[in-house]
Amino acid sequence: MLVQLARRTAILLASLVVASILVFWFMWVLPGDPAQVALGTGATEEAVAEMQARFGTDRPVPVQYLDWVTGLPQLDFGQSYVTGAAIGPLIIDRLLVSLWLIGAGMLVALVIAVPLGTLSAVHHRRPLGTALAGVSQVGIAIPNFLAGILLIGLVSVSWQLLPAGGWVPPDQDVVQFLRRLLLPALSLGVIEGAVLARYVRSTVLNVLREDFLRTARAKGLTPGRALVRHGLRNAAVPVVTVLGLQLAVLLVGAVVVERVFVVPGLGSLLLDGVANRDLLLVQGVVMVLVVAVLLLNYLVDVLYTVLDPRLRATA
Amino acid sequence: MSSFGPAPPPGTSDPTLPVGAMSSGARRSLPASLLVGGVLVGAIAVTALVSLLWTPHDPLLVEGSQRLQGPGAEYWFGTDRFGRDVVSRLMVGARTTLLVGVVAVGIAGLIGTPLGVLMGMSPRVLGETVMRFNDLLLAFPALLLAVMFGAVYGSSTLTAMIAIGIASIPVFARVARSGTLQVLASDYVLAARSAGRGPLAIAVRHVLPNISGLVIVQASVSFAIAVLAEAALSFLGFGTQPPTPSWGRMLQEAQELVAVRPFQAVAPGASIALAVLGFNLLGDGLRDRLDPRLDDRRGA
Amino acid sequence: MGAVSARPDPPPAVLDVAGLSVRTGDHALVEDVSFHLGAGERVGLIGESGSGKSLTALAIMGLLPDELSASGHIRLREVERDLLSASETERSTLRGDRLGMVFQEPMTALNPLMRVGAQVAEVLRIHGAVSGREAATDRARDLLAAVELPDPERIARRYPHQLSGGQRQRVMLAMALANGPDLLICDEPTTALDVTVQAQMLKLIDDGVAARDSALLFISHDLAVVATVCDRILVMYGGRIVEAGPTRALLTRPRHPYTEGLMAASDLEAVDAAGRLPTIAGSVPPDGRFPDGCVFRNRCPRGDDACQAWPGWTGEQHDGVACWYPSGSGREAGRG
Repeated sequence: MLVQLARRTAILLASLVVASILVFWFMWVLPGDPAQVALGTGATEEAVAEMQARFGTDRPVPVQYLDWVTGLPQLDFGQSYVTGAAIGPLIIDRLLVSLWLIGAGMLVALVIAVPLGTLSAVHHRRPLGTALAGVSQVGIAIPNFLAGILLIGLVSVSWQLLPAGGWVPPDQDVVQFLRRLLLPALSLGVIEGAVLARYVRSTVLNVLREDFLRTARAKGLTPGRALVRHGLRNAAVPVVTVLGLQLAVLLVGAVVVERVFVVPGLGSLLLDGVANRDLLLVQGVVMVLVVAVLLLNYLVDVLYTVLDPRLRATA
Repeated sequence: MSSFGPAPPPGTSDPTLPVGAMSSGARRSLPASLLVGGVLVGAIAVTALVSLLWTPHDPLLVEGSQRLQGPGAEYWFGTDRFGRDVVSRLMVGARTTLLVGVVAVGIAGLIGTPLGVLMGMSPRVLGETVMRFNDLLLAFPALLLAVMFGAVYGSSTLTAMIAIGIASIPVFARVARSGTLQVLASDYVLAARSAGRGPLAIAVRHVLPNISGLVIVQASVSFAIAVLAEAALSFLGFGTQPPTPSWGRMLQEAQELVAVRPFQAVAPGASIALAVLGFNLLGDGLRDRLDPRLDDRRGA
Repeated sequence: MGAVSARPDPPPAVLDVAGLSVRTGDHALVEDVSFHLGAGERVGLIGESGSGKSLTALAIMGLLPDELSASGHIRLREVERDLLSASETERSTLRGDRLGMVFQEPMTALNPLMRVGAQVAEVLRIHGAVSGREAATDRARDLLAAVELPDPERIARRYPHQLSGGQRQRVMLAMALANGPDLLICDEPTTALDVTVQAQMLKLIDDGVAARDSALLFISHDLAVVATVCDRILVMYGGRIVEAGPTRALLTRPRHPYTEGLMAASDLEAVDAAGRLPTIAGSVPPDGRFPDGCVFRNRCPRGDDACQAWPGWTGEQHDGVACWYPSGSGREAGRG
């Protein structure tokens, strides 16, 4: 098991390095000289040269890369070429906001998906099961930002129950925080719940057909208790995999939902960076998102081995 | 999901159960998704084609006097805040959606599939290594890649579809590789090999025909993802630029009006949802029909 | 017939199955099956795949798949209610306690994520046979030792995938016998095992039911296996019992042409004039679509117009045949 863990960790580290090279190359090398990009085509040569010197972009590319990448573990993402502000603290700030949103969204998703998926599996080929499967199929087709706009139209504008957007940090005012978190979390979570429900349904369906579930009933468990005691943990193994991957999807989904609800998260930061042609900022945010996705994949792998004893033995 | 691999598929493992009785339900439900998906996709395609010849109004015509009309005989779904006809814009938007989908899936399929076959047929170590890199690229979702493209090259429909296409390559490569490995392990390929067939002949004669089902299913699913991604990008302003009609863009305009017209988003939103639903259902239906692995299970 | 009449009257039935049918929609997969088992009695149920023997077992256990429905009567000793009209909760209290079952496939019948000791202990705790986790663990280890698993202490801490097929099947047996059931059902318990461990498994089943005076319903397609374990045999074909009788009498003087065919097919030394091993002509119809009337008539060497009607049962419930032209009756003369 330790060998496996070491192997997976090595793969993670290698992936991180390759990903950082890709991001650096794409955002830094490909567009041409960053100073030129930041100043626009109308800038004088002196101004560009001065900026190059100030930000060190007159040095060879590999040196610049090493400079950037070695800062990352200390959360040093450099300084914005547009505002001059340090990027690291900015990203951390915004990331925390996004994490609230994603966490709440995933919670909503799980609360919906586990009962919905299980129920539609148990009622497979009966009217309820077919109806629930249909509901989740339709849910998957709705983009989360559409759900957001409709929720705003209904809850904020028509009923005037909750604010249409904005953000209040939880340590400032918990009630206002929750009031503003609810709608974006629902837009993110309801749709994600529909996606997850399909996975839950198919894994529970698979588990329901397993021989060991019949054995569990032969031991004297009712179908419901057999499913809870023996089925759900077996179903959890593949669902956890999907969950980790879907968290990565949520991370990106949050970018759009943040825009809908004017939530100052990582997504908003990314989009503002693009709008201001602040490439180093964009580069930093992209890198954080990619690292998050890779890290999630890694954790899923590790968790998978913990959950399934069959995988511990094999190399 | 490999943990469930060794378990025999349900129903088929119990010899006392007649095969027909077990799978007839699945067979019956199969045409339903294919049918509904096909009809939805067909309807969108027809709408897009019709829009080339005729729309109720000029989708780009700004008419100050006709702003924000409600649904009626003249403007079926009303007008937007520039007085443009919503139905006409939706029809032309279908064109944008299909164009982005076709180009993105085309790029991904045409590059990803041969890449996957190549990886599957190349020596094991090389294939595994390239696959690791491939998996790494999966960490760049279409939306993120498109935003990066937008940041570097500027936003347009073209950069959006190229970005979505590139982001979808790894999925095709993965599907094609696993299909290839399966085909290569089969007896008839062994026979063809021992008969002295070269790798290219095997790829063309055996591998490609046998993985085409998988690839077609993936194309349908990726199409749905592309539609969603394009809508999200246009919504954010990174995709199709005004005044070209696009469903995502229309949603963004609807959101700006949400305080006045809370449900302006319904028409373009429903269009996006129906398109995605259509391609997803089509993919599901095709998977039941085409996926050779499922066939194996049924026949066992 | 002498051998039969020499037997004492069968003891009061532990299990009484009467007119059992299993259907999917309007299509019968098991039809009008009746038999009974006395305490400690060992009865074999044989037939080819698709004959309905596993479904009969699942119907007794109450484990039929949702899409199948059972009708008829199944009575268990000292249980007031007919099992088929009992609620799921009532039935689940009987399963694992008074009814035990060993399935065919040891590789998939155990929960892959649970240590086998815990799986054995669970059946004890569900039915309150022992109180406390520790007592259950101890008892589970004893049960594992009783099925002759080496180093039961260690085996108990293993996961199913770390055991061989034969070891897993012994764990299954330990679970099925844990609460000393009135009836043990074994569905092809040795079919998936290596030939070398089959005999050992049969002996363990034999010892296990003897120690608890449990009745045994032993399902197999293998005549030789059934003959070594069982006192009586029921032969099933096309969802019906076509012949029943004491093992020796049935094997020495089969009456139903299907039984004769099974015996001929299992006799490896018999060859016909052309030097081929005998087989039963044709095969079990796909989808369980057996003919009307006598279910065997499309494969039967003696079939004729009379066989378009179901022959009905001749003889005692535990010793009889369903055939228009049974061997030894004189009626089959000049046919086949």
